[in-house]
Amino acid sequence: MISRRNFLKGAGLAGGTLALVGCGGGGGAATTDDTTTDEASGELISVGIINNDPNESGYRTANDKDMKETFTEENGFAAEFAYSMKNEEQIASAQQFIQNGVKYLLVSAADTAGWDTPLQDALDAGTQTILFDRVVDAPEDLYVAAVVSDMDAEGQTAVDWLTDQALPEYNIIHIQGVMGSAAQVGRTGALDEAVAANGWNLVVQQTADWNAETAQQITQSVIDSGQSFNVIYAENDDMAKGAVAALDAAGITHGKDGDVIIMGFDHNTWALEEVMAGRWNYDGQCNPYQASTILDIINKLEAGEEVTEKTVIMEEGYADCDTITQEYIDENGI
Amino acid sequence: MTIEKNQDDNFFKKLLHSQMIIPIAALLALVVFNLIADPSFFAISMGQDSTGNPVLSGQLISILNNGSELAILAIGMTLVTAATGGQDISVGATIAVAGSAMLAVLCGGNMRPEVVTTPFIVAFIVGVLVAMLCGAFNGVMVAVFKVQPMVATLILYTAGRSIAAWINNNALPIIPTNSGFGIFGGFIPGIPIPTPVFIAAACIVVIFLVLKFTSLGLYVQSVGINERAARLNGLNPTFIKWLTFVILGVCVAVAALIKVSRISTINYQTIAADIEMDAILAVALGGNALSGGKFNMGSSILGAYVIQFLTTTLYKFNVASAALPAYKAVVVILLVVLSAPIVRNKLSALWKKIRSPKQTEVEVAK
Repeated sequence: MISRRNFLKGAGLAGGTLALVGCGGGGGAATTDDTTTDEASGELISVGIINNDPNESGYRTANDKDMKETFTEENGFAAEFAYSMKNEEQIASAQQFIQNGVKYLLVSAADTAGWDTPLQDALDAGTQTILFDRVVDAPEDLYVAAVVSDMDAEGQTAVDWLTDQALPEYNIIHIQGVMGSAAQVGRTGALDEAVAANGWNLVVQQTADWNAETAQQITQSVIDSGQSFNVIYAENDDMAKGAVAALDAAGITHGKDGDVIIMGFDHNTWALEEVMAGRWNYDGQCNPYQASTILDIINKLEAGEEVTEKTVIMEEGYADCDTITQEYIDENGI
Repeated sequence: MTIEKNQDDNFFKKLLHSQMIIPIAALLALVVFNLIADPSFFAISMGQDSTGNPVLSGQLISILNNGSELAILAIGMTLVTAATGGQDISVGATIAVAGSAMLAVLCGGNMRPEVVTTPFIVAFIVGVLVAMLCGAFNGVMVAVFKVQPMVATLILYTAGRSIAAWINNNALPIIPTNSGFGIFGGFIPGIPIPTPVFIAAACIVVIFLVLKFTSLGLYVQSVGINERAARLNGLNPTFIKWLTFVILGVCVAVAALIKVSRISTINYQTIAADIEMDAILAVALGGNALSGGKFNMGSSILGAYVIQFLTTTLYKFNVASAALPAYKAVVVILLVVLSAPIVRNKLSALWKKIRSPKQTEVEVAK
């Protein structure tokens, strides 16, 4: 009897704490950054922005900052922000925004599924939706436009660059991101195709889950087993950094004039500096600055024009250790 | 002759009943597998790093090196498990918090300092204090408010990484390579063995001295076995439970130092990701009951190195990325099932059956 009561007590506490945590998350998701939409009926255009947690990555931090700097009162917007990395919390925030009657709903979805209903609700309520950064599985007529990065193109650009290096042989250490994420699929796809087409050798193909230290272990393992390699293709900057740490510990030269070509992605400022210093060879861009493109679209809509392009692909370049300049870093580093 | 036989018997019996048998057997299995598959796995060679310092390299060195953080965490996790009968799932997140605090102190507000002026020891002490504070918070939740450990530590598990990002204003501090901060996760110039190996060894020595010369081990076990009896015997279970979380906090800070030093920066979301699960697994692999009570520290630490041995083996054989968790899961299931008391009792009964005819023979001969 006693044990049962204790168990119930424990369960009650457990439930309470869970609810607390849930509330915390929900509260965070509903945090408003500016004035409420009710007051903003005058000149300001009300916008509800749903994004992932800015702490997720440097990319996300830059993306969020860009949005906040663009959709300001000075620019004529009353913006509300909601952050969550959970799809269902994002959908709840979307429904809240729609109820508040925002004019535009900007969404960077955590997951591709489940957005049909909220987007349909938005359409019915007269709210226009613009997707940014990530697409969702929903009919195209439910949203005005999607401003996204083309991860396949990012991978293709990198692989084309690698092909142009015309190395006598290609022995590649391929360090992947979290399996199934859009960035991983795009960046892996291009390399896999090139490996099959050109007869390159993948010494190792392994996921490090975006983790620098796991990438270090994987690279170390290849070095320890005595296999030779001359390219490290890491799917983000962190993992490239980890791999380079392993090379340094083993005294293997890398970068410009080095034995191993280092390739990273995302354009973190520190990574571009590595490229500039000649310690890395290549860094592919993943452009987080979508706000200005979204602003153009909204301005067009406000002027009564039609938006013809459903999917707007962000322009993305790359940094090469032979051609990179300080101006490029200042302009594109995140 | 007979006496020798009996001693032999005793030795086997002792070994079979000892908790150490599980991690040792797992280790042997991995060693044998690697010996058969590719003996070069065990090769160790002397090389030089990019600055010309001598370094030892080889898979075995990598295992000892990369297993350090896990071994250190296993120490604290064993004590928490023994005293509270629950586990701390926030260690990965508190590593992020402690690591972030250390880097904040080192950088002193400037995210990209040219030189580091703060002594490393100051940063480390701040990290230790922060991690102890996190541990103390968990400890109060568990010991005073009697929340189940996994639920209590769920709070920091959820919030820790955001707190870590908040400490540095969500910016990315990077310690310059010329500062020498890299030695904690790399090499001390002139010494060819990775520094984390020494740090882990020091932690292991300290905990064994503490367990040998203080009553900590005894107190922790008595609280874990029967809290009420412990109280009746004059112990303070609340304090002892709380203390184990604070000790785990110290372990977390040491692990955080190694982690942030390895790459001289931090990624709040990915640093020490999922390490809590490996730390709990190390305790389970060591044959310790996850419901608390008696524990064997050496067994847990050995378990931590077995996990790293497994990870390195999987990398070595280039198991496909998508299949990696599945391989790990199969091995874990095998190990955990084998370490379950029911299975062990069955095995030991089987052993007795095999031995018993011979024993009768010996007796007859006598």
